[in-house]
Amino acid sequence: MKTGTAVRHALTHLFILALGTLMIYPIVWMVVSSFKPNNMIFSDPGLIPKAVTIENYITGWRGYAGTTFGKFFANSLFMCAAAIIGNLIACTMAAYAFARLKFVGKNFWFAVMMVTLMLPGHVTIVPRYILFNTFGWVGTFLPIIVPKFLATDAFFVFLLVQFIRSLPKELDEAAIIDGCSKLGVFLRIIVPLATPALVTTALFTFLWTWDDFFNHLLYLTSPPIFSVSRALRTFVGDAGAVSNWGGALAMSTLSVIPSFILFFALQKYFVQGIATTGIKG
Amino acid sequence: MSETSGIVKFLRRNAAAYIFLAPWLLGFFVLTLYPMAYSLWLSFTNYVFTNPDATQWIGLGNYLKMFGPLFGLSEIATATGETMRVDPYYLKALSVTFTYVFTSVPLKLVAALAVAMLLNQKLRGVPFYRAVYYIPTLLGGSVAIAVLWRKLFEKDGLVNGFLSALGFTDLPSWITNPRYALWTLVLLSVWQFGSSMIIFLAGLKQIPEEYYEAASVDGATRVRQFFSITIPLLSPVILFNLVMQMIYAFQAFTQAYIIGGGRGGVLNSTLFYTLHLYIQGWTYYEMGYASAMAWVLLFIIGVLTAIIFKTSDWWVSYGTGE
Repeated sequence: MKTGTAVRHALTHLFILALGTLMIYPIVWMVVSSFKPNNMIFSDPGLIPKAVTIENYITGWRGYAGTTFGKFFANSLFMCAAAIIGNLIACTMAAYAFARLKFVGKNFWFAVMMVTLMLPGHVTIVPRYILFNTFGWVGTFLPIIVPKFLATDAFFVFLLVQFIRSLPKELDEAAIIDGCSKLGVFLRIIVPLATPALVTTALFTFLWTWDDFFNHLLYLTSPPIFSVSRALRTFVGDAGAVSNWGGALAMSTLSVIPSFILFFALQKYFVQGIATTGIKG
Repeated sequence: MSETSGIVKFLRRNAAAYIFLAPWLLGFFVLTLYPMAYSLWLSFTNYVFTNPDATQWIGLGNYLKMFGPLFGLSEIATATGETMRVDPYYLKALSVTFTYVFTSVPLKLVAALAVAMLLNQKLRGVPFYRAVYYIPTLLGGSVAIAVLWRKLFEKDGLVNGFLSALGFTDLPSWITNPRYALWTLVLLSVWQFGSSMIIFLAGLKQIPEEYYEAASVDGATRVRQFFSITIPLLSPVILFNLVMQMIYAFQAFTQAYIIGGGRGGVLNSTLFYTLHLYIQGWTYYEMGYASAMAWVLLFIIGVLTAIIFKTSDWWVSYGTGE
């Protein structure tokens, strides 16, 4: 009986591992191939390179139209940092009002927020583009960053509302009795206690801004302000031909490193975020 | 009590909340409500971004431009009395997108549930395995992976490398063959089942062990247990995943854009709805038409969501499984 269970467990582990290996094989292959000479990437499905080179990283890093990937990474990181600050401030403020404060029209506005949660972005994209164009913002980071300061990512408002509602109310009541203002309650009680949800918000804001392509394609119109994802597209020619595969794979590898690090460092916030709101993907 | 003190009282009660809500409210009015109204109006005009002064109200012209070919029309008369050519690619984009959504979403949910059940056992290392299976979802939406996908399914790509090592010959270039190109994108989507898997896994943990024990005492087989316990108790989670994944799949863009190099691929075999919308709006600057396309997309997603919710009355159980 006992050995039977052990064998069954071993087989299950083996099966899960085999399937998992198959799942991540393409990504591992991408990383390994980025170190192969350009002419050996083709039709070499193996993982152990016959020759190792960093040539691809050198040619890929040169970037596009005189702008290097150093600049593209700096641009992406800057946008992500600004987006995170915007979402943390604006979404947490809105969530606090919805979760804790009493006001006229609360149910109405909450329903409106829930509707925007499901709304496909495409019905607003054309007028937003026209609007940002009249502001002279096309070709700058502003169309990517400013909406975050206006809490347009309703997902995070919802996530934070859910989290703040689960905090014990007695704490804010006690603070109010002690003479704390609503702002004081927000800053001294809600924000510190909501840290796990704030980390989740920051994490997903980073990933979505980092990986976003559609908005970057629309608004980041010249190489000096390209993001990493917009710059990777320049490896792919019209109709899809790629000339420098080695460089493309090398820069693709570099581009996924930040997401990777954050994922493994903050895994529990990931699972929390996905399981409570069904975020993306 | 004077009237002013009533107003003061009202303000005192509500002002703080509305100050906290102010950024969101501003965003809602300026970046959601106004754009929606504007885009609805644009959808009835021939607005061209590069020449906005020539904008005219053309009634249902844009909508006829989309669906005209359904009625065998090649030209349509607009409200201004001019004739307009129909869009020869719109219905193709619609059918490509429907094929993509109706294949990738069910397959993704099946894969997610299967792996969730595999991981919902008393095993060591489940958090690690869960992380491994989530990695494709973590990275899958990026341009990097779309570029990689092109490489995998090219004539001399990784997949054909494997297949020829297994003895297959005369292998196609999957990505440029109109018969297979869309299926590489379906596969790319199914590969990213991680989020649904995590949600299923959380749902499976909620099902009490005793139900299965009682069922096996009564002699129910594993298959019977799956259909009589797991599926009914998991049905609210299935509903949630189904709706979210469907909405998400209709809006897929990056993968198709990269794989087709900014176009719809060979014979428009990967012309996703949003890609066609982008090409109309930002390559040809026909933003009135692009707005109309966006509203039809919203309508389609809305109707399908409503249908799923309506049918959920008889396949989703919110009971305790008694």
